[in-house]
Amino acid sequence: MGTYILRRLLWTVVLLFFVTALTFLIFNVLPTADPAKLRAGRNQTPETVAAIRDQLNLDDPFLTRFFSYLGDLLFHFDFGTSVLNDEPVRPLIFEALPNTLMLVLGAAVVWFVIGVVIGTISAVKRGSILDRVAMTTALVAISAPVYWLGLVALYLFSSDLGVLGLFPAAGTYDASRGVFTSISSLFLPWLVLAAAFSAIYARLLRSNLLETMSEDYIRTARAKGLKERTVVFKHGLRSAITPIITVLGLDIGILLGGAILTESVFGIPGIGRLSFDAIQRNDIDIVQGATLFLALGVCTMSLLVDVLYAFLDPRVRY
Amino acid sequence: MAHGDPLIEVRDLVKHFPITKGLIRAKQVGAVQAVDGVSFDIREGETLGLVGESGCGKSTTARLLTRLLDPTSGTIEFRGKDIASLSRKELKPFRRDMQMIFQDPYSSLNPRKTVGSIISEPFIIHEPSVGEKDRKCRVQELMEQVGLNPEHYNRLPHEFSGGQRQRIGVARAIALKPKLIVADEPVSALDVSIQAQILNLLRDLQRELGLTIVFIAHDLSVVRHMCDRIAVMYLGRVVELAGADELYNHPRHPYTGALLSAVPVPDPRLAKAKVRQVLTGDVPSPTNPPSACRFHTRCPKVVMGKCDVDDPALDPKEGGNLAACHFPLSDREVATQVPTAAA
Amino acid sequence: MALLEVEDLRVHFKTDDGVVKAVDGISYSVDAGQTLGIVGESGSGKSVSSMTVMGLTRAKNATITGSIRFDGKELLTASEDELRAVRGGPISMIFQDPLSSLHPMYKIGKQLVEAVRTHQDVSKARALDRAVEMLGLVGIPEPRRRADSYPHEFSGGMRQRVMIAMALCNDPKLLIADEPTTALDVTVQAQILDLLEKLKRELDTAIVLITHDLGVVAEVTDDIAVMYAGRIVEKAHRDDIFAAPEHPYTWGLLRSIPRLDSPRDEELVPIPGRPPSLINPPSGCSFHPRCPYVREAHTRVDPLLEAVPGAAGHEVACLLPPATRRALWAELSTGADPEAAKAVATAAGAGSGTGSVRREEEAS
Repeated sequence: MGTYILRRLLWTVVLLFFVTALTFLIFNVLPTADPAKLRAGRNQTPETVAAIRDQLNLDDPFLTRFFSYLGDLLFHFDFGTSVLNDEPVRPLIFEALPNTLMLVLGAAVVWFVIGVVIGTISAVKRGSILDRVAMTTALVAISAPVYWLGLVALYLFSSDLGVLGLFPAAGTYDASRGVFTSISSLFLPWLVLAAAFSAIYARLLRSNLLETMSEDYIRTARAKGLKERTVVFKHGLRSAITPIITVLGLDIGILLGGAILTESVFGIPGIGRLSFDAIQRNDIDIVQGATLFLALGVCTMSLLVDVLYAFLDPRVRY
Repeated sequence: MAHGDPLIEVRDLVKHFPITKGLIRAKQVGAVQAVDGVSFDIREGETLGLVGESGCGKSTTARLLTRLLDPTSGTIEFRGKDIASLSRKELKPFRRDMQMIFQDPYSSLNPRKTVGSIISEPFIIHEPSVGEKDRKCRVQELMEQVGLNPEHYNRLPHEFSGGQRQRIGVARAIALKPKLIVADEPVSALDVSIQAQILNLLRDLQRELGLTIVFIAHDLSVVRHMCDRIAVMYLGRVVELAGADELYNHPRHPYTGALLSAVPVPDPRLAKAKVRQVLTGDVPSPTNPPSACRFHTRCPKVVMGKCDVDDPALDPKEGGNLAACHFPLSDREVATQVPTAAA
Repeated sequence: MALLEVEDLRVHFKTDDGVVKAVDGISYSVDAGQTLGIVGESGSGKSVSSMTVMGLTRAKNATITGSIRFDGKELLTASEDELRAVRGGPISMIFQDPLSSLHPMYKIGKQLVEAVRTHQDVSKARALDRAVEMLGLVGIPEPRRRADSYPHEFSGGMRQRVMIAMALCNDPKLLIADEPTTALDVTVQAQILDLLEKLKRELDTAIVLITHDLGVVAEVTDDIAVMYAGRIVEKAHRDDIFAAPEHPYTWGLLRSIPRLDSPRDEELVPIPGRPPSLINPPSGCSFHPRCPYVREAHTRVDPLLEAVPGAAGHEVACLLPPATRRALWAELSTGADPEAAKAVATAAGAGSGTGSVRREEEAS
């Protein structure tokens, strides 16, 4: 197990190196807007642009620039500097991270609980009206675009434009105002972000559980004289839920790179918003930093999930 | 080549599946010794049986013979030519002479292809010059030959019963008139009333086409019925090799004796008469097999100091059986353990 | 009084293709301490009938009629709670594939403790003691340490022992063993059969052993019922089934398997055709399309399971006259093929038995 984790960590480093190289290549070699021109502001002259190019070492060969970026990243954990407002990228990301974390982890709890509960009910009552309604709703939730769902949610429930006015309005999220206030303004974003995921998880769990319930060991459990409830929850769900943990880990990992649409609709200053704004303004270093961060998140979570899986399923050994 | 001459000579055949471990570069830390030094001949026109329990290496041996697996070492001479180390390309002309029939007729047929196209595949691969019309004709002849209705040419595998699917597998195997058929547990997935149909079919085809068959099964009664000579395998080795009558009438290796004793006999009188020789424990792991005679950990006749240090060779014993044992069974021992033996 | 009495049990499943008559009117009984072997091929209804005894076939699409009395109590009409008290308690069951029949993610100690505590009001520690005791009884070495292992850490034979230990935790009066050795190697099968015999001797448990293997039933059972297409076609004491079988299907089974005790070059006589559809079973005798001795009337008349004259406890559902059957088997058991046997039996003029002729007349 120790060797396995170590090997996985080594691979993670290799993978991150390639991700860094690839993003660097994409943003620095493929034609995009000239960072120097962006930086130079409105009244630019060729001289100021040249000066900035020089200052940013943009005229150095590609490899030199890449290794200097990599060096900064490795030794100073420095993601570079935003070309537009001359701010270092690292604090930007670290300011945005807790907001994304709050949004994603909260939503994950919501969708996991909803997904498991609905999936279980649907599987147990397969073919019933309840099952059909749940699965049709799930299909709608999966198909609905997040921004549309977000806007509808705001229209219905937000305190400023909402019909019902149950939850705080968009843009009211502010981490500095204390946990409880931020939680209340995160309710709607959580629900919106979780909607599609809940539906996917419910369908996944339903099919897993249905498959599990036809296993031989479920027959054994029934033959033991266990209550059907115990059969479903202790024997069925235990097996059906384990693979879903893997998916959950990876989904969280991906979303740590930013839930761009949700964050944008609700005005939450998370990593998604940060990269969205940066992309619009061609702020390369921020985009690159956020991309790396996404890769890091996915790698970490997938390692975590694999280790966790070995604990959940005794048959898996590394 | 005359009937009875060796078609295939297998010498010291070894297949080890490596077990690897290591941080970056995997190092081999051990091996599953699936087949570990097996030698035997397959004679032209005979049916050679390979029996043994799961994990004894019989299926691996089958896959080595047909080169579906690459041997770790050893030679397989097919009519004097060693095919153990040939490349895929060099093997192609031999492939048409060696065909396999598999255990599970459900999973070894592509569910999306019609029976006709499944059986014509060998022609397409090995005789591409044959025209489509001619091919269909030959396929339908084959279907007739194995007892399928040729009109079912365009049906899909799922429209057939288990026994019929195995017939499809047989038709595919004999399509190119091979010299050798390796049948790996061909009837163990079938219902008892269907098994006899397939067994009889194989025997009839062997007579008609002069096939040489390697018949692999765990069911000792079926093997007895089908085979001329039988090799008993245990943990990757052949422990006894003898003609069917010799093997069943006077087994010499204690493992063969235990196997025969364990077979339930559908005759209550004989069942009552026998002293069932029940082996204790499980088959040891093939990654770390016992020293010397591999059966010594479970052998009722074991003599420590001999069996665990001195590896017995496969030598002729009383009655002509080849057995790898220092203390072979006597006729008297056989009579109490195996009431079906005529000894 | 019999421990288990099954009477005219029918289990029909409604499916999209039609009604599957998985079990279609079977009756049998098992006494305390007795072993009944139920022999049949896949689709004969042998598993479904015993699952029904356990109440495990109750489903929306299932129609179950008849009667199953266990210890004098009717199980078919029992509530789910009452049935649960029986399942795993006085009646327990083991299955074909011990690996897939044990939960892969729980330690076996835990799975046994659960079985104990479902039926006995004892502490976890006491339940574990019982579990370890049973594991020891079925021959698991170092049972206390092994209770801490997962199913995949056992060999196939050991897993089946674990299953048996679990089934025995609550001192069952009846053990239903559904193909308990089919997935095992022959030497391991011998170990498990030995174990079952030992348990029967020591614990006086009645056993219903379901199998397709005539050899297995010959070794361990008292009575044997042969099932075909959802019905029992022949039922007798073990020795009679093998020495004087009465039904052509039983003959077919006995003649179609290669045996260690028959001459090596003896031709196998396969049963022609294949098992019938349970949705549209053949009219009359359901075996008639595969029976070499079929007569015209057999396609119309449904045979009843009736006592064989002069053979106590031997019952058969066959329309052939008893004398003809006897003459046929006399020929077949010498190794004759069905056609030759038929010729000899006809020549002997043994075609005029009374019982079946009467019924043939009634039908026409």
